[in-house]
Amino acid sequence: MMFETLVRPNFYRDSVALMRLAADLEALPGIEQASAIMATEANLAMLAETGAAPDAITAGPNDLLVVVTGADETSLAAALEHAAARLDGEVPKAPLGGSEAPRRPRSLVEAAAMTPAATLALISCPGEYAAAEAMKALRLGLDTMIFSDNVSLDDEVALKTLAEAEGRLVMGPDCGTAIINGVPLGFANIVRRGPVGIIAASGTGLQQVACLLDRFAVGISQAIGTGGRDLSDAVGGTTMLSAIDALSEDPETKRLVLISKPPGKAVAARVIERAGRAGKPVVVAFIGSEPPAEAPANVTFAATLEETATLAAGAEALPSATDAATIADLAAGFAAGQRRLVGLYSGGTFSAETKVIAKPVLGDIRSNEGSDAGRHVVLDLGDDVFTRGRPHPMINFGIRTEHIRAAAENEATAVVLLDVVLGRGAHPDPAGVLVPAIEEAGAIAKSNGRHLVFVGFICGTEADPQRLSAQEAVLARAGMVLEPSNAAAVGTAIRILQETHR
Amino acid sequence: MSTDLFGRDLVVLNLGLGGFAEAIEGADATAVDIDWRPPAGGSAEVGAALAETINRPEIERANETAFARYHAANPVLRGVGRALDVLPGMGERTILHAGPPVEWAEMCGPMQGAVLGAILFEGWAEDLDAARAVADSGEITFDPCHHHDAVGPMSGVTCPSMPMWIVDNTAGGNTAYSSLNEGLGKVLRFGANSPDVIERLGWMRAGLADVLSRALDTHGPFELKPLIAQALHMGDEVHNRNVAASSLLFKRLLPSALRSGAPTDEVARAFEFIAGNDHFFVNLSMAAAKVMLDAATGVANSSMVTVMARNGVRFGIRMSGTGDRWFTTEAPIVDGLYFSGFTRDDAARDIGDSAITETAGLGGFAMAAAPAIVQFVGGNPSQAIAASREMRSITIGENSAFTLPILDFAATPAGIDVRKVVDTGILPIINTGIAHKDAGVGQIGAGITTAPLACFTQAVAALRAGLGDG
Repeated sequence: MMFETLVRPNFYRDSVALMRLAADLEALPGIEQASAIMATEANLAMLAETGAAPDAITAGPNDLLVVVTGADETSLAAALEHAAARLDGEVPKAPLGGSEAPRRPRSLVEAAAMTPAATLALISCPGEYAAAEAMKALRLGLDTMIFSDNVSLDDEVALKTLAEAEGRLVMGPDCGTAIINGVPLGFANIVRRGPVGIIAASGTGLQQVACLLDRFAVGISQAIGTGGRDLSDAVGGTTMLSAIDALSEDPETKRLVLISKPPGKAVAARVIERAGRAGKPVVVAFIGSEPPAEAPANVTFAATLEETATLAAGAEALPSATDAATIADLAAGFAAGQRRLVGLYSGGTFSAETKVIAKPVLGDIRSNEGSDAGRHVVLDLGDDVFTRGRPHPMINFGIRTEHIRAAAENEATAVVLLDVVLGRGAHPDPAGVLVPAIEEAGAIAKSNGRHLVFVGFICGTEADPQRLSAQEAVLARAGMVLEPSNAAAVGTAIRILQETHR
Repeated sequence: MSTDLFGRDLVVLNLGLGGFAEAIEGADATAVDIDWRPPAGGSAEVGAALAETINRPEIERANETAFARYHAANPVLRGVGRALDVLPGMGERTILHAGPPVEWAEMCGPMQGAVLGAILFEGWAEDLDAARAVADSGEITFDPCHHHDAVGPMSGVTCPSMPMWIVDNTAGGNTAYSSLNEGLGKVLRFGANSPDVIERLGWMRAGLADVLSRALDTHGPFELKPLIAQALHMGDEVHNRNVAASSLLFKRLLPSALRSGAPTDEVARAFEFIAGNDHFFVNLSMAAAKVMLDAATGVANSSMVTVMARNGVRFGIRMSGTGDRWFTTEAPIVDGLYFSGFTRDDAARDIGDSAITETAGLGGFAMAAAPAIVQFVGGNPSQAIAASREMRSITIGENSAFTLPILDFAATPAGIDVRKVVDTGILPIINTGIAHKDAGVGQIGAGITTAPLACFTQAVAALRAGLGDG
């Protein structure tokens, strides 16, 4: 029989705890006998009586002594290791307070310590604290998504510089949506998984392309938001460049889509150059900027989000849902003087895209509320100018219904163009709140001998909580002309206006 | 190098909107929703400095070192000696006090009362008027106990001829000291200075010190950690409850005292005194805590708190990485339970070096050990357990020598990290007695208070500045 001992000098445990420890040690494989005692004379004498006392023990009354006997060294060593861990409080580790539920962590540091497998921090606290929290997340080695807005440009640059050095990704600030490993983060649509990786400086742009791809039965590998300022000259596209690298290496991603407002010139060149080295086909949608004269062979440029999706899916362009006869019918109802397009958008990229498409055809379009009430207007109601501290129009429809009423009261308004965004985080029933506003607007127009046409599209999927087909049905019943995309909706609105003027 | 986010299961730490965590869980991924509030009491500037200190290798390493020194420290009671003889830097006309530095004129009522008593006790004046003149004259050096490796409860007033416990850290080579406990009622530490108080101090200096000194010589040095650990299992937290520890000390020393050759009636009187004072041990638990924490001080870049102390005017902390520097703010008035006839209006601001016990993972940090006193300090046992659990969020580690039976024998949380305090907003809890604001009235209540955030935000700023790259 072999002995092994463990002495913890100046270390107290009460006898009950020690008896339990000894019992547990004896239950381990290969252990014949185990003792755990405070090494008082009396206890040592008792140990000697069991015949398990090694000859030379240098332990005193304040020292904790563990003695194990067994057949082989490995078992003895394992038992003493277990004993040491137990004495150090390693086993059982947490549930402090027995049956009580584990405490929620109070900080990122604590959460990271409690969750060694953590991969991403999602930060949506008030903007004034967001940069500091993101800094902590990066320092803890986490990829980081900053949903919060109102983070200063300096802080954004500092965070992205650190992230680049650490090989980490910072999505945001003001990154409203992302889909990572199939998991929607922030406001996001439920789309199928597949081969297309999206990197977008525009939340609604990302959502539109992801939803259209879903309509084409093509899925998403990853959808990464960069934050709206990422491709500015000041930030330099750090996140988009890192994301291109990451998706280039990602075996699940077969094709890339890059979406942004017109980037800074130098940044655009750098992004296109990096896209050229992706080793995969890349569709670039810098909505509102001309494609460069020369581009790498694997990079193609799209003018609209719909075109982006069709190119990425390898699909045919979507046919308009509205035939010529319908267009003629709709246009026939207008009173004289009704010639105006009013776009009331909750998504900034949609309103920008509308202006890009409509301007060459309709001429000048205002993007704010001015005194010249007769001109076409396309508004981004998500802009701070309109929200002024109120909730975003994707969540709260108050701002939009006010503008719909105002549009109806304007005798020049002919066509009202709307976006409807579904998904997690969006309003639970946009159609339910839009229909009364559409009906009220129709009544206002009718009482003035006019007729209003509502044209729109829904950015969403069947898997979204609001369900695409259910929302479509409700809006169609209210007389709204629905198209599959913003580009298609704008096209239809233009056709109706042109028909009117013929 | 680019992110490895896609190759691994998504595990999200969610900070802010709780609904996002639910959505992630709904998609069969893992989200941990953080119970977050703005750090640093909402100061964006300190919050930014704090962020720069997170997961810094130099700080984490320093904390490991500091905590290991604290954890390895082995407080051993060696003996009793005269303050002038044993305290480093003690002058013949020096009076020590609790907490961070404070001038005579600024001292609170109880501390001034205690100083006057000390002047009478030392024989530097015949009566209180004369004693006040001596204090006013500027001929006395006032200094914190902590500047002389010592600690003192309440006013902490310690003068040259007082007997001091001597506690060595045999694992680190440093030594700490504290005065002997006078009991409750009219006592110097609460500012009482009447003739009976001075007379009792005289006997403690002569008879009690002699008996204890001889008993310890006979017994030989003994370790305090096992005694404290045992007391925690007997319902003490060794700050506001010391019944068990005092009894264990009594049991430990009496045979040696009887064997020591000290006159039997003096031994009897000394042990009657100890038996009649359930708080007799608290000065020793403070000295033990002090010697453990002093072992951890002076580790560059360490954010571990080594001192929390109050002088009745200011609350001060020290941090290992900045050594002897104090970070102070106004001491709070303790929101506790008051004895009948007294209210919050009668209370002195928080006072005493005894928060050294909490700093060392005892006292309020071991509250779950002492369910018997939780009502006395304004709570119920489940609150006490919650308090001990919550302190884990602000500590570097646990002291495996001190365990809490009611928490499945979990080790007490120990080693306060200034960063974690500022980050979580969880303030260290302190079990404390409440002194009357006037000298000599004594204890008027007890309660649980917390260390003020401002001390910790200053420490974080200093920690950040010390990193030297920004």
